[in-house]
Amino acid sequence: METKTLKAKSSSSKMDLVRVKHLTKYFPVRSGLFQRVVANVQAVDDISFNIKEGETLSLVGESGCGKTTVGRTMLRLIEPTSGSVFFDNQDIFSLHGAELKAMRRHMQIIFQDPYASLDPRVPIGDSVMEGLTLHKIGVPQERFDMMVDVLHKVGLETYHARRYPHEFSGGQRQRIGIARALALQPRFIICDEPVSALDVSIQSQVLNILKDLQQEFGLTYLFIAHNLSVVEHISDRVAVMYLGKMVELANRETLFSDPLHPYTKALLTAIPIADPHLRRERTILKGDVPSPINPPSGCRFHPRCPIAVEQCSQQEPEFRELKPNHWAACWRAE
Amino acid sequence: MACETHLTRVWLILVSNEVERVVTKNNAAPLLEIKHLKTHFFTEDGVVRAVDGVDLQVFPGEVVGLVGESGCGKSVTSLSIMQLISAPGKIVAGEITFEGQNLLELSEKEMMKIRGDRISMIFQQPQTSLNPVFQAGDQVAEVFRIHQKLQDEEAWEQAVELFRMVGIPAPERRAKSYPHEMSGGMAQRVMIAMALALRPNLLVADEPTTALDVTIQAQIIQLIQDLRKEVGAAVILITHDLGVVAEMAERVAVMYAGQIVEMTDVISLFDKTFHPYTQGLIGSIPVLGKVKERLEVIPGSVPNLVDLPPGCRFAPRCRARMEYGLDLCTKVEPQLIEYQPGHQVRCWLYQDTEEYKAPLKDRG
Amino acid sequence: MTDKTANLANLDKEGLSLKSVSLWQITWRRLFKRKSALLGLGILIVLVFIALTAQWISPYDPYQVLIGIEDVDMRQAPCIHLLGCPKDQPQHIMGIDGNVRDQFSRLLYGTRLSLMVGLTTVSFAIIIGTILGALSGYFGGWVDNTIMRVMDVLLAFPSLLLAIAIVTVLGPGLINALLAIGIVSIPAYARVVRSSVLSVREMDYVSATRALGGNNFDILFKRIMPNALTPLIVQGTLGIATAILDAAALSFLGLGAQPPTPEWGQMLSAERNQVFTAPHLVFYPGFAIMTTVLAFNLLGDGLRDALDPRLAHTSK
Repeated sequence: METKTLKAKSSSSKMDLVRVKHLTKYFPVRSGLFQRVVANVQAVDDISFNIKEGETLSLVGESGCGKTTVGRTMLRLIEPTSGSVFFDNQDIFSLHGAELKAMRRHMQIIFQDPYASLDPRVPIGDSVMEGLTLHKIGVPQERFDMMVDVLHKVGLETYHARRYPHEFSGGQRQRIGIARALALQPRFIICDEPVSALDVSIQSQVLNILKDLQQEFGLTYLFIAHNLSVVEHISDRVAVMYLGKMVELANRETLFSDPLHPYTKALLTAIPIADPHLRRERTILKGDVPSPINPPSGCRFHPRCPIAVEQCSQQEPEFRELKPNHWAACWRAE
Repeated sequence: MACETHLTRVWLILVSNEVERVVTKNNAAPLLEIKHLKTHFFTEDGVVRAVDGVDLQVFPGEVVGLVGESGCGKSVTSLSIMQLISAPGKIVAGEITFEGQNLLELSEKEMMKIRGDRISMIFQQPQTSLNPVFQAGDQVAEVFRIHQKLQDEEAWEQAVELFRMVGIPAPERRAKSYPHEMSGGMAQRVMIAMALALRPNLLVADEPTTALDVTIQAQIIQLIQDLRKEVGAAVILITHDLGVVAEMAERVAVMYAGQIVEMTDVISLFDKTFHPYTQGLIGSIPVLGKVKERLEVIPGSVPNLVDLPPGCRFAPRCRARMEYGLDLCTKVEPQLIEYQPGHQVRCWLYQDTEEYKAPLKDRG
Repeated sequence: MTDKTANLANLDKEGLSLKSVSLWQITWRRLFKRKSALLGLGILIVLVFIALTAQWISPYDPYQVLIGIEDVDMRQAPCIHLLGCPKDQPQHIMGIDGNVRDQFSRLLYGTRLSLMVGLTTVSFAIIIGTILGALSGYFGGWVDNTIMRVMDVLLAFPSLLLAIAIVTVLGPGLINALLAIGIVSIPAYARVVRSSVLSVREMDYVSATRALGGNNFDILFKRIMPNALTPLIVQGTLGIATAILDAAALSFLGLGAQPPTPEWGQMLSAERNQVFTAPHLVFYPGFAIMTTVLAFNLLGDGLRDALDPRLAHTSK
């Protein structure tokens, strides 16, 4: 009873559960006999954002923009180059050993590829129980009961626990992945393109389950995706990334109705919409996304930007709050 | 490089999903006619009935969308048209008539003459469709050397010209690069150049934009739209993306478990959806600008094509069957009938038998 | 929400068979559908049976010289009663060898030796190779570089020549020959394990274990190794064939098993000049080597197909 009121209180005050500060990740490119570092892939370059308790923040962008790297670095699946991530005011990057392991109970991840995210040689019940076993929570019988409970939550049955991943369809496997993440009762889940490998009719099953679970447990999501229609459906706030940089961050309604950054605008008009009656103006960006090894000077978007001016190629625009709660990195945005 | 992109940085175009849709002319002879096509795969686990009785007509100059989820047989249908089915797959029945010729009766040598010349195809993974050890321009030039018997130099010039036509910057230089030096979007442009080199009458596009990013996808969709008008080719567009269909196709066939379940013009498909599967499909996708609290769900998953359910293949997942309490669905397979002029549907909600009265027979 | 998910679950049931099937069971079933693999397996079962029961089924002691015990000549041709050999002569199915011993009994005992040679050398090489390959693949960096460069050096020698060199240093003898063959085949296993560890390491289920709180030990031994070791089954089966062949070659050159040990390579070597006068003494050991090697190769190829992950993915 007491915990319930506590939870209600914290969600109403909307405190920042996760704070990411100046997160940077460079992957060294090695070459030659002595494997010297010859260049860096600037996958993520100085990114900052907060995620409020109980909300869904989406991170969108095209392939190679660094959105997946952000997610994996936040969970220390990849070690960062610099910056810090605070979870509940605790700096995750300063944790080691047992402390880090304890922290992992609160932050989990759901992966994109339902075929690669489950160990093919392990019955799915054991996979779902893995976290409980690793953290030695309860006795085996209790763990089993908790596992069954969480399987039911994602619409699977007790007898499924003994089966192997190859006996399930893609959508079912993705639900098993969700159950595995859920078993440790985390507060924060990173969903790394959870539906993009699934068929359209299965996508909605998984999206609905994610929404239901969020309501039931007050979960906080970082939703990484490239499909803007899905993002619009699930998010509270949306952040857009381009070539390792964050270019825009706003509430869902604002971002989709009144985008400030020209890249966001182009992205929104580029999506084919399932409505044959629609008429709209489309901005087609020319050329390809440049290489993150040697990104363009100034604003990284300037070579493809339809409204770029001289300044854009020389000076990097600051990521600033142009309107209340609406951030963008663009010299020309007002 | 920076300069090049600066000059032609952006195309601002008006997209309208409504304009220039050709209403099918029933009097014109179809360019391609598929009758009762069955393509099965004979695997260790049994016979996979990937395509099981598909009928499809494509008229000159129109864009026909073939939509469905993975494993519904849309790709196998396209490969069957191209006669690119290899063991353990086999076309076991049917007829594919193209310009009055049954393609299934042609020898491999005759078929090779048609492929790339009269019918051509583009694939989902452009980089793996190009040969990594030859220059991109050389591969396009080869089409001219083989089919038009042009000399090396002339063929190369033609290839460079095509590179220009598909909007590749600095075509002379780009023609000399190898596939691994190109991005996915660029490689897809080369594939399109190759496919349209000989001005074919039919282009089969198998998920041409699925592997590409959204901004690149927009470029490629525009390119296919423009070029097909210029070349005057009919297009069979295979995709799982209803957005791409709404934007490009004039008529659409929805496939499920190896069969066409609904076929009509694109406007009716979205406005007057008849088949429960199509309804579920349209309801289950989030649409930009129309936020719904919950998405519709089609329960369960696609059936195993080795061991198909009796009766209608969609019956085990069908909400309408439960709603109307239909028993027939799980016993007898419905036929694809013309329920309204130009609108075909395969569902027991809309067709009577001698003892059975369909609940929605007279709705239209 | 609950009735909706219950509804989903009901429909999920329809798609599943009643019994759960592990990947091993699938592999086993696939193997049973391949005639050549079954043939290989069949031959192997017979060979193993012979090896285990050699002392009971062989008619003579393989070391016993029959001079003065039976009325037989050196290198006498086979005498089989069923095929019309006079009943008063002692039966020797494969004839008599150059030292007047029963060739058939020696061949049966040779089976035991050959299988042992194959199994011990390959187990030795697999254990060392797996440890090296796993360390190399999992930790990467200088560990990987050091280990793999040493392996490259080992691979740069023709394997049989290297084995000969090792045996020359250690001195001839069966045990030293085994050691030599074992050392020579380490790089092959190390490479296979390394590359499969490298690919398994990138799988999301490995990341999932880390995200759940697993340490390096959990990840390497619970997630990576069980999945990375499948290619070793194929490589090991094929490797046994090579090891048997190499051991026979070393013995043939006089560097492996020493007389009077009944080893096939050594038996071949001893009678190699009698090909025309007593062909049976060369034919039977040669045929035995060929059959055994063939059996392992057939089984290995079958396993390779049966374990093919692409096939395992597509079917239920």
